[in-house]
Amino acid sequence: MQKKTAYSFPDEILEHVFSFIQSGKDRNAASVVCKSWYEIERWCRRKIFVGNCYAVSPTMVIRRFPDIRSIELKGKPHFADFNLVPDGWGGYVLPWISEMAGAYPWLEEIRLKRMVVTDESLELVAKSFTNLQVLVLFSCEGFSTDGLAAIAASCKNLTELDLRDSEVDDLSGHWLNHFPDTYTSLVSLNISCLGSDDVSFSALERLVGRCPNLRRLLLNREVPLDKIANLLSRAPQLIEFGTGTYAAELRSDVYSNLAEAFCNCKDLKCLSGFWDAVPAYLPVIYSVCSRLTSLNLSYAPIQNPDLTKLVSQCPSLQRMWVLDYIEDSGLEVLASSCKDLQELRVFPSDPFGEEPNVSLTEKGLVAVSSGCPKLHSVLYFCRQMSNEALVTIAQNCPNFTRFRLCLLDPKIADYRTLQPLDVGFGAIVEHCKDLRRLSLSGLLTDRVFEYIGMHAKKLEMLSVAFAGESDLALHHVLSGCESLRKLEIMNCPFGDKALLANAAKLETMRSLWMSSCSVSLGACKMLGQKMPRLNIEVMDEKGPPDSRAESDPVDKLYIYRSVAGPRFDMPPFVWTMDEDFASELS
Amino acid sequence: MEGELVLLGGGGGGGGGGSAGVSTNESAVLSKVEVVVSEACSYPAESELELGLGLSLGGATGKTKPATATSSWGECGRILTAKDFPSVTKNGGPSVSVSGTKRAAESVSHEGGSPTGVSGSSQVVGWPPIRAYRMNSLVNQAKSQRADEGDSGIGEKDKPKDALKKKLNYNGNKISSTTTVNEKGHLGFVKVNMDGIPIGRKVDLNAHSCYQSLAQALEDMFLRSTNSVGNSSLLVFYSFSALCGDVNAIKPPLFFIGAEKEQLTKAPKLLDGSSEFGDWMLVGDVPWRMFVSSVRRLRIMRTSEANGLAPRFHDSNERQRSKPI
Repeated sequence: MQKKTAYSFPDEILEHVFSFIQSGKDRNAASVVCKSWYEIERWCRRKIFVGNCYAVSPTMVIRRFPDIRSIELKGKPHFADFNLVPDGWGGYVLPWISEMAGAYPWLEEIRLKRMVVTDESLELVAKSFTNLQVLVLFSCEGFSTDGLAAIAASCKNLTELDLRDSEVDDLSGHWLNHFPDTYTSLVSLNISCLGSDDVSFSALERLVGRCPNLRRLLLNREVPLDKIANLLSRAPQLIEFGTGTYAAELRSDVYSNLAEAFCNCKDLKCLSGFWDAVPAYLPVIYSVCSRLTSLNLSYAPIQNPDLTKLVSQCPSLQRMWVLDYIEDSGLEVLASSCKDLQELRVFPSDPFGEEPNVSLTEKGLVAVSSGCPKLHSVLYFCRQMSNEALVTIAQNCPNFTRFRLCLLDPKIADYRTLQPLDVGFGAIVEHCKDLRRLSLSGLLTDRVFEYIGMHAKKLEMLSVAFAGESDLALHHVLSGCESLRKLEIMNCPFGDKALLANAAKLETMRSLWMSSCSVSLGACKMLGQKMPRLNIEVMDEKGPPDSRAESDPVDKLYIYRSVAGPRFDMPPFVWTMDEDFASELS
Repeated sequence: MEGELVLLGGGGGGGGGGSAGVSTNESAVLSKVEVVVSEACSYPAESELELGLGLSLGGATGKTKPATATSSWGECGRILTAKDFPSVTKNGGPSVSVSGTKRAAESVSHEGGSPTGVSGSSQVVGWPPIRAYRMNSLVNQAKSQRADEGDSGIGEKDKPKDALKKKLNYNGNKISSTTTVNEKGHLGFVKVNMDGIPIGRKVDLNAHSCYQSLAQALEDMFLRSTNSVGNSSLLVFYSFSALCGDVNAIKPPLFFIGAEKEQLTKAPKLLDGSSEFGDWMLVGDVPWRMFVSSVRRLRIMRTSEANGLAPRFHDSNERQRSKPI
């Protein structure tokens, strides 16, 4: 007689239950309960997130999950955004697309971040996934408008095409023409990254005109201001809109058309673009301002008082991205006007200038932290900071989830006491118990890392530059931060000891990046030998590591856990320290 | 085994101009271009303007670090005559921001304390942590603001007129002599490809203020990691966008000489529908500012392959295959 247990539901019921579990983490947890749950779960998983495309191979994914409809892949390490990862490093999507083409013909969503996507890959996508609905290429590169034309021509069910921050080779301006006249399903289009010759405006107009469900449209810089009114009038249902260049000679007809067009967009909640913005045309959006929840002015060179005046008209703002032209005074206005503010990003207008060009200091951030109780995500570039300010901010905002402070001079001390900023950042991690992401800057000793290791228990991502004095700092982080997934370090005096002492920790993390530090080749080799489930990749453009002494520091080090073993698509300047490394080269 | 990285000033319709080797650093700083930063290269009294700039490689310079992080831009190369190919090893070049190298970063971080202000930080790769896309947008902004302020960055005063008269004649386009260049597109980081090396690189032009430092950076990038440069000189070409006037009226395709890479063999279409292979410009001809605002790509070739290419703009059928290194 079969033992009846509480878990002997029919599979269909379990499957039905699992269908309510959307989060990958929860699904992963369910899948390890028992073998039958593993089996049922894997057959009904539809969505998969691979945070590091080299952590697993496409074959393995397909073998385990036979019917995926949505995939998200990330490639290069985060510091690739700042040009620290040379071209050719890797992150190619083609192997994934090739294998999925056969295995997942019903794939609906592809989201890629920091991957190399070629026209060949895009053509294969277009050919293989007739049901494709969502294609997001976030910070990708390697493709041209030809690839986009293939997608446009073939993907009849496409609802979302988002090329956010990608580098696209502009070959032809007419790829938009490849959307057939019968195509009407577009909901979201982000082409803000495209260069000059990429977009045929008439094709864009026709496309917008025939897609009644279009809710999100982010234009590229080259779309002139006088064309926007026409475009908006064809899509008054837009929720999110990104302008092109926001500069033109002031003409009353253009002005009034624009104002009317914006006024008719009753659902508009998010605005961005505003390249080269001139103050004269700002008032055309005033009718929308009261509804705005998200405003991205980080490409707009407008200054106070125009900038502050605009901000003061947006009481519903939840997300604000702006240049430091807003200055402390503008941030104070923001703090008093926008009580729903959750996310603030302030970018530098002149990052390399020796003297400050604007009056933006720590005071602005203190004001916002004080006035906006819902603030939880901050990215702030400025030139001075004090421990006192950081402590105040931490006390004002114990709900921070993301705190990234970038002092333009990377080793600057507390400007009032000339002390390191250890205590200030320590207060941040101590008060903000839910902090998931932290970026440090300024003069920092090992002490701040001691605070981080002690308090930052939910921290998942830490970015460090020009900080610390010894390996102890790294040891504090690796041994104390229980939730750490990604650690990226540049230009810090960290060497072998902490790394080797915490080698096991590295298997619990997605990745570790260290560049311009003091980790020796010998330590890398040792890690490679002892930790088979880690890929230890040494990057050095001066030549193969074996040409140097074991004690020489490596230029760049990228360590990530993987069940797929070392990769084979590395460029000549990347070496993997696996068990065979030493013997291979001898 | 020495090669040279030579930036030739030989554009225009005339002859290729001489190439010049440059020995760095001991002698007075000479440059024919104006630099933006205050520690400017000084100008020679007897500038040979049709000569280019070049830097010799030297073999033993593998780990040169500048003595100070605050680069004295004054340590630029010296222009010599065309016959002069010195084999002086360079040292103490400015610490430049180059993708992939850490020399500058090291020198900055090992300075006692931080450099004053952020003057040193523009030379550190990856700092401040701003995406290239955003950085380029800022650059465009800053440039047009400076242009608006009437800053004569071109340095016309400092150059004899004949240099300016070297037209970048392309389909009849002439360079405007004003600085109000309508820049669009992604400036700042430009792609650099060297023939024979499959992997291209990117260089941040904003981290340089003169051709010498750019040459230095390119040298660091390409010529250190390959050890078979041989004795031939290398030329740096650039492709450019329309420099003036109505950008919308004149669509400037990139022009390529037959190259290995797939994307480079596609002939871009001109506005009138014809397509044409054209030439690249030789770097070093125009004032630095104008160059930076118009360049889109760089390409490094050996002189042996490049001979005969430079002077002609419309020898569109002249394809040169470069030999692999």
